[in-house]
Amino acid sequence: MGRLAIKYFSMFVVLVAVQVLVFNQIQFSGYINPYVYVLFIMLLPLNAPRYAVLLLSFLIGLAVDVFSNSLGIHTFAAVFIAYVRPLVIRVITNREEELNDYPGLARTGPIWFISYTSIMVVLHHFVLFYIEVFTFSGFFTTLYRVFLSSIFSIFVIVLSQFIIFRD
Amino acid sequence: MRSLFRLLIKNYPFLLFLVLEVISVVFIVNYNSFQRASFLNSSNAVTAGIYNSYSGVVQYFRLARVNAELSEENARLLNMLENYQNAFSDSIRIAHKQDSAFQYIPARVINNSVNKQQNYITLNKGRKDGIKPDQGIVSPNGIVGIVTNVSESYSMGLSVLNPRWSVSAKLQKSGFYGSLVWDGEDYQRAQLSEIPFHVNLQLGDTIVTSGYSSVFPEGILIGTIDAFDRPEGENYYTISVLLSADFKSITYVEVIGNNRIEELRTLKSETENGTAGN
Repeated sequence: MGRLAIKYFSMFVVLVAVQVLVFNQIQFSGYINPYVYVLFIMLLPLNAPRYAVLLLSFLIGLAVDVFSNSLGIHTFAAVFIAYVRPLVIRVITNREEELNDYPGLARTGPIWFISYTSIMVVLHHFVLFYIEVFTFSGFFTTLYRVFLSSIFSIFVIVLSQFIIFRD
Repeated sequence: MRSLFRLLIKNYPFLLFLVLEVISVVFIVNYNSFQRASFLNSSNAVTAGIYNSYSGVVQYFRLARVNAELSEENARLLNMLENYQNAFSDSIRIAHKQDSAFQYIPARVINNSVNKQQNYITLNKGRKDGIKPDQGIVSPNGIVGIVTNVSESYSMGLSVLNPRWSVSAKLQKSGFYGSLVWDGEDYQRAQLSEIPFHVNLQLGDTIVTSGYSSVFPEGILIGTIDAFDRPEGENYYTISVLLSADFKSITYVEVIGNNRIEELRTLKSETENGTAGN
């Protein structure tokens, strides 16, 4: 229990730091802003109580919000994907498969992990970018931003699984 | 009653989800009012402290560019000084008291963005350096933003790239003025409105601050006209302005304090209340 808490606490700190100090500073073409802190919500143990997943997602969203002066936006998107996470997992998992508790790439296999990442990231970015503009005018401009940033985020998250938070 | 409780307990994740999302929405909707009063933004000591030490490292990579900008500004100021000296050399000097309404406070940008819908800028100077809310921020190349929130040693503000704020701008050539707002699309271009059709416009015309707002002195560079259009059925041009400040690489800025802002405010409120002449 203690080890688990330390592990997720450090994951929290590292991901928030990397998000606000590295990825929020990449101002590439004015469209792309990857949000990799989604990884934290994705990697929470599968048997963790749902209230813990929701509250921790709320906290990481709030932390990113405070740093990027966008109070409420990341919080909303993070809580949203925390709530739909069990559904996403149920949809992409075969019934025969025995799921490991830790949904990292090394444990779950590449295909499962990539589809998990893609669905979670696209959902998160979709909610995030539309909440940010707070309008459906310019629908396709926003959709374009959603997909460009999603591709980048998915790439970074999958790549990160070969480097840190492997198990 | 008991079955209601059982239902609630059974569905607690959904209830918790709703509660947390409602809190987020309250955050989003109230952010403007929160901004003045709350510490949940990047001017608080913890977040600004982290950004400050981070930018202390990163700024070295931009030094060459910053140097070039500063030496350009230096040259421009020297030229101006030269003109003044020529003008004064054969004139009689009249001792007049120091009478400048605006003062400049240099500051370093420690956090900035261009790719959000609302972009903010954080500076490493705060209340103890004399910075107050509603002061303008300018860079050597042109206007940057306005201070909205000040802590002891940091401050943050809206950059021009934030649709929640508009600048009073005018055409340098003809003096017609309008308001400049960013539409959230391209970080290099903002939109100038309220210029009527009878004004002659040319691509490349210079847009400067109008000086009507007491935030910026008159004549600070904003940008140049990049494209304009006469929409059917309207009375005003839509003008796209190429911003002269490069928001991606801003490092050093100056905050403009207006010493007379109190005086202006009381005058304005007196006039509006009709008490001025009495």
